[in-house]
Amino acid sequence: MVAGRALPFDDKGSHQGAFAYIIACSNPLSIMQDSSTNHFSLFGLPAAFAIDTALLDQRYRQLQSEVHPDKFAAASSTEKLRSMQWATSANEAYRTLKNPTARARYLLELQGVHTDEESNTAMPTDFLMQQMEWRETIEEARDAKDLDALDSLLKDIQAAAKSLQQDLEQQLGAESAELTAAAGSVRKLSFVDKLREDILQSMEKLEA
Amino acid sequence: MAYSDKVLDHYENPRNVGTLDKNDPTVGTGMVGAPACGDVMKLQIKVNEAGVIEDAKFKTYGCGSAIASSSLVTEWIKGKTLDQVMEIKNSDIAEELALPPVKIHCSVLAEDAIRAAVADLKAKQGNTQEAA
Repeated sequence: MVAGRALPFDDKGSHQGAFAYIIACSNPLSIMQDSSTNHFSLFGLPAAFAIDTALLDQRYRQLQSEVHPDKFAAASSTEKLRSMQWATSANEAYRTLKNPTARARYLLELQGVHTDEESNTAMPTDFLMQQMEWRETIEEARDAKDLDALDSLLKDIQAAAKSLQQDLEQQLGAESAELTAAAGSVRKLSFVDKLREDILQSMEKLEA
Repeated sequence: MAYSDKVLDHYENPRNVGTLDKNDPTVGTGMVGAPACGDVMKLQIKVNEAGVIEDAKFKTYGCGSAIASSSLVTEWIKGKTLDQVMEIKNSDIAEELALPPVKIHCSVLAEDAIRAAVADLKAKQGNTQEAA
């Protein structure tokens, strides 16, 4: 049977049943904070930037269905609470791993590296120049109500994000962990993500 | 969230928006960005022979507080020496504009922009002196 600290997926990824897991855990939140457990191991995935997102989706759905409130209709209130807390933790873990920027930030945090996105303002000048140019393009396209220009910019931004994600895959690779460089790439991705949001927002307004 | 009157004033009538020639040896350019909110700020200073800032221009993409912070510092730094402007703290900017805690990073950005512009100018002038 499941040991007290076993996770729903073992190293080989075979499923042990979230229900048994919940019952075995005295407090699911303490499991999330346990240093031997993290968002990756919760889904039985290796802690790496390049993950199998289809497998992540599949395991997330599997776990979610097992902690569905319907299954705990007849359970004790303690078990109901545990299943709910567990579902919340799994949601957060899923959201973090699903988003490449959040996943990279989390991987760095696991290794004790903070990305300092609130305080580190020293970005490479050419990167910031490019940001300014892109912001100008958004502004001009918005004023001209030019949906095509926004769409073409969106493609550029997505290509930039992809290229930064490829950098991260290399920087966070097991053989050549360049954590400082990776933190820089996460900061860059933050800018690119924000631009993408702004473009999508502008496009929505124009389409409305 | 309500902006203070001073932020609104700078936001609606920003001072010293524009660009100086970045290749001019007496012009220092500072570019900084805040990853958390995506704001980008460019601050340029032009110094005379006495080492006094005689002109300053900025260009900022960001929220009202970021624009107001950069507009305010261009007013503050004109007529000051490089050493004097290095003493400007983000808390001075935040206090003057009555920035709420969530917008403090905008004032940090403006302080860092001053430092970056001064560093750029010093690097430029150091190079010229070595070359001379």
